[in-house]
Amino acid sequence: MKPEGDGIAASFRRVFPSFSLDVSLAVPGRGVTAVFGPSGSGKTSLLRCIAGLERAGSGRLSVNGEVWQDDAAGIFVPVHKRPLGYVFQEASLFAHLDVAHNLDFGLRRVPASQRRVSLEKAIGLLGLRALMQRMPGTLSGGERQRVAIARALATSPRLLLMDEPLASLDIARKAEILPYLERLHDELDMPVLYVSHAPDEVARLADHLVLLDGGRVTASGPTRELMTRLDLPLAHGDAAAAVLEAVVIAVEPDWHMSHAEFSGGRISLLNPALRAGQRVRVRIQARDVSLTLARQEGTSVQNIFPVTVTGLCADSPGQVMVKLDAGGCILLARITGKSADALQLQAGSQVYAQVKGVAVLG
Amino acid sequence: MMDQAGLQAIALTLRLAATTTLVLLLAGTPLAWWLARTRSWLKGPVGALVALPLVLPPVVLGFYLLVLMGPNGPVGQFTQSLGWGVLPFTFTGLVVGSVLYSMPFVVQPLQNAFEAMGERPLEAAATLRASPLDTFFSVVLPLAKPAYLAAAVMGFAHTVGEFGIVLMMGGNIPGKTRVMSVQIYDHVEALEYSQAHWLAGGLLVFSFLVLLALYTWRPGSRKGDGT
Repeated sequence: MKPEGDGIAASFRRVFPSFSLDVSLAVPGRGVTAVFGPSGSGKTSLLRCIAGLERAGSGRLSVNGEVWQDDAAGIFVPVHKRPLGYVFQEASLFAHLDVAHNLDFGLRRVPASQRRVSLEKAIGLLGLRALMQRMPGTLSGGERQRVAIARALATSPRLLLMDEPLASLDIARKAEILPYLERLHDELDMPVLYVSHAPDEVARLADHLVLLDGGRVTASGPTRELMTRLDLPLAHGDAAAAVLEAVVIAVEPDWHMSHAEFSGGRISLLNPALRAGQRVRVRIQARDVSLTLARQEGTSVQNIFPVTVTGLCADSPGQVMVKLDAGGCILLARITGKSADALQLQAGSQVYAQVKGVAVLG
Repeated sequence: MMDQAGLQAIALTLRLAATTTLVLLLAGTPLAWWLARTRSWLKGPVGALVALPLVLPPVVLGFYLLVLMGPNGPVGQFTQSLGWGVLPFTFTGLVVGSVLYSMPFVVQPLQNAFEAMGERPLEAAATLRASPLDTFFSVVLPLAKPAYLAAAVMGFAHTVGEFGIVLMMGGNIPGKTRVMSVQIYDHVEALEYSQAHWLAGGLLVFSFLVLLALYTWRPGSRKGDGT
């Protein structure tokens, strides 16, 4: 294994019965990278090739300087010798072992000198302390998935692969696990590849994004940029949204409100649990943004920013996605084609964005 | 009452069944694993061969084994060239016959268990640093434990009740190849019905208890998602 540049560089070609995978990608060796695409686009196959669970006929993979596969040089490190963690769509716990022994399974196979994540830390991060003696069959779906994530973390992987870990869960269970995943992101310095087809998960968790379609990479880059690129599918449809970073400047507990500032102006948040000075990431959905030519007075909408139109693109029939610049930050607005025509919107138009809803991502 | 010959027959039967079961568990495991995992065209033919004793009269199996392993048969020639002599009319010969005869009762439950657990536990173990051999002992065996119990019980019980093969290739040598079923046959031939009853009744009760245990104590209530 010879050292080479940081980051994860992968190229795989493999023909599967129903489609062919032909990808080449390079992503940062730190933070969360989401692999996003419709079902059948090859996300899981790509992840399985990276893990070595599937062997691409011709492929090359290096992870932060270590070569795990290079068919030109005859290198293929078997799965159990790769320092990775894998979280499957279904928890895949060992049914014959209780939670404690499931967690211990991988841990005790890792030499003490390579352990960087303590079992205690994994148990604490995922809130498993009360479950240690339970058998997998007695756990809820969300609990099982948390155990599976902790089990992978406990091996101190140098790359964590997660294959839609929330896909088999209902909305309540998803909401239960997402905060744990965000804590992972904040507290562990471990590169994560996260497969998903849910735009809201991507917006919440990913720093970097790889878009996959038909077994090919269609785009790769920082999440905020790709989510708002009008030529890409993420910036379309009901779930289209922009994410911005802001700093809390004031809290009004009596109104359950907080106020934060970003480069394009001030936003009010219906969230009293913030402190002044705290950095927050907020998501603004395109369908919650409307546009006016003049600043409205006497409206219930509190978040109004002056913006510049930087692009327009047809969305679903009768609707137009408008890309906006708010003091250097990108926003999306989805309005009807008729309105866009009435306002004579075009690139360069100076308008006001009225934002009806802002979600704090944590 | 049970006579000396009867006790001898029981001891021999138990020894034969225990040896056969042990050989089958050891040899049946890789065979069942292969049958559960292979995509080769050989899976069908091999599976059919393993299942053959389910439908074939044991006498037919015994007859061909006798021919094959006899002094002029290919297997017989081979064992003679190794200096082992010929296998018919020996305990080893009985073990070989019993292994073939009871094979489906051991291989099929194991194969079903291996197929039912799927690839996922193996893949999960591999991503947790377990080598394939490690995975077999720490994941596959524990998950297949109920199947191993069923396979051992069925293989043992089925061997205890064997008659046709023993008669064809074991002969009727006291203490060497005369097992319970043959002993019963001898008693009946000699009109010694009360001795026959002891052994036959014993076998009946034994078989019933074995099946009762297997059907009532179901380890099928598997804990966990098993995915």
